[in-house]
Amino acid sequence: MNDDVWLVIPLYNEAQVIGDVVATARAVFPHVVCIDDGSRDASAAAAEAAGAVVVRHPVNLGQGAALQTGFSYALGDPGMQWVVTFDADGQHQVADVVAMLDKARAESLDVVFGSRFLDDRTKASFLKKLVLRAAVGYTNLTTKTRLTDAHNGLRLISRPVVERIDITQNRMAHASELVAQIGDMDVRYGESPVHILYTDYSKAKGQSIWNAVNILVELILR
Amino acid sequence: MTNIVLIQVVLIGVVVAVVARLFRFNGARAQAIRRLGLLLFAAFAVFSILVPDVWNRIARFVGVGRGTDMVLYALVVAFLSFTVTTYLRFRDLETRYTRLARRLALDEAKRDFPATGQPASMPASRPATGPASGRDLGDVLDETGGRD
Repeated sequence: MNDDVWLVIPLYNEAQVIGDVVATARAVFPHVVCIDDGSRDASAAAAEAAGAVVVRHPVNLGQGAALQTGFSYALGDPGMQWVVTFDADGQHQVADVVAMLDKARAESLDVVFGSRFLDDRTKASFLKKLVLRAAVGYTNLTTKTRLTDAHNGLRLISRPVVERIDITQNRMAHASELVAQIGDMDVRYGESPVHILYTDYSKAKGQSIWNAVNILVELILR
Repeated sequence: MTNIVLIQVVLIGVVVAVVARLFRFNGARAQAIRRLGLLLFAAFAVFSILVPDVWNRIARFVGVGRGTDMVLYALVVAFLSFTVTTYLRFRDLETRYTRLARRLALDEAKRDFPATGQPASMPASRPATGPASGRDLGDVLDETGGRD
């Protein structure tokens, strides 16, 4: 079951949680590839022990680069039909991926973006909401897409689209770049509500609000 | 008064032109033009050391007043173009470095996980960047020129 789905998990210093994340995911999706982006802890070993394929970047390149590496790896499996981008820190729910897959199949969509603003399960701080809203406003203005949450790490992408994606933004701006490229492809996309779990662990590790500034600079000077 | 406007128009024009040029071209021609520009700039620097008053004359001509101000403006333009070219050059370099690292990572994974649904031999020439880009690692590493 779900043999045609590959979960792509960029992995950077998440040794504490990655084992559980991979094990939970593999109960439903057997194919998991973790891209160890130069972690300095035992992340890679933990992911491997939990049954994931681990692709190791020789040096830290950034999350965007890791996603692209994961796409390239998944494309090596001729049976792959879907790629799911998934976070390593335990914020994402496997049940949400199942719902996205059902939606994509039912509505024959090529891409399903996760959105934390389609229902009220996700509890984000006011400032975080504000920045995310501003980001999605900018993305909707500058790309040919209409989304409610552009910087969500959970996405389902079909093989033909994965083949055409080329992420060059290594660090912060890759989420916007991905949306922009998919927008340019003129394929069928949709959004599915996802629950982002802000645990103390993920809050401590998550992106700082300041990164909004970095993303903007990288987008303007690309 | 009109002279003040003149220097502003000239400076803004130069800044915009420099930035636009740096973003658009990175072939051999653009590189040659940049090098010629640098040569001219050096020649003018030597000339202005011999005839320091030339800065004052240019300044008076465009309405800045003092030659030192003129030098400052020239430096601002030069520094700005240096910053932008350096940034873009690092971006180019980073892209190549990323593709090289990705190739390494994928080759190692192929060696360590031969039985995870991967075909026995992933074609070595498969573009690391996906077919949409139409260029593979070889292209990137062979690319000549670049920015300077």
